Amino acid sequence: MSGQPMALWVEIIVAALVLLGAGIALLGSLGLLRLRTYFERVHAPSIIATMGCWSIMHATWVYFSVQGHGLAVHVLLIALFVAIAVPVTNIFLMRAALFRARRAGRDDVPPSLSGPSSGKDS
Amino acid sequence: MTHPVLSWALPIALGMLALAMICCLLRLLKGPTAQDRVLALDCMYLNGMLLMLVLGILYGSSNYFEAALLIALFSFVGSTAMAKFLLRGEVIE
Repeated sequence: MSGQPMALWVEIIVAALVLLGAGIALLGSLGLLRLRTYFERVHAPSIIATMGCWSIMHATWVYFSVQGHGLAVHVLLIALFVAIAVPVTNIFLMRAALFRARRAGRDDVPPSLSGPSSGKDS
Repeated sequence: MTHPVLSWALPIALGMLALAMICCLLRLLKGPTAQDRVLALDCMYLNGMLLMLVLGILYGSSNYFEAALLIALFSFVGSTAMAKFLLRGEVIE
């Protein structure tokens, strides 16, 4: 640990936010490991990208603002970028999985909306 | 120790994030289909990014912020490229 000493309540806020974010990351990863089908598993890491990322981001900017580097809001960049990028990636992955499940002939996925020729489109 | 609370909270958080990365790694090794592996790799990127932010708090250095931002960028590019490959069979048409 380095840096100048802080007030105790600031430390408690930062520690609580970091522990909350890490716990949520652990929970999402356990969900990724334990859920049964792919379409259940694809939802589990989303809580890391929302609540876990935002908790640790808030802890980071509170810490660096109190440490005297000015108002350290540049960490917001990461959270905003993750909030934009992760839904795009997840939609791509879900469409790819749906496409591959239809191509494999599984009948537990909904059929394609654009016609009976399932498997030709995504 | 200048931070009595943070000096035990941050290693616990680092351990939890490492455990989360191990869970993702198990899914990455086990995952029955290719999209499971891509999803697990994406989750590992997110966990590594959070690990970098916590390390930045632990060492009191803002240099870790750039590393976390780069990890987030590569996560987006890599996962999108791999999802596109799974969807079409090629990355650039």
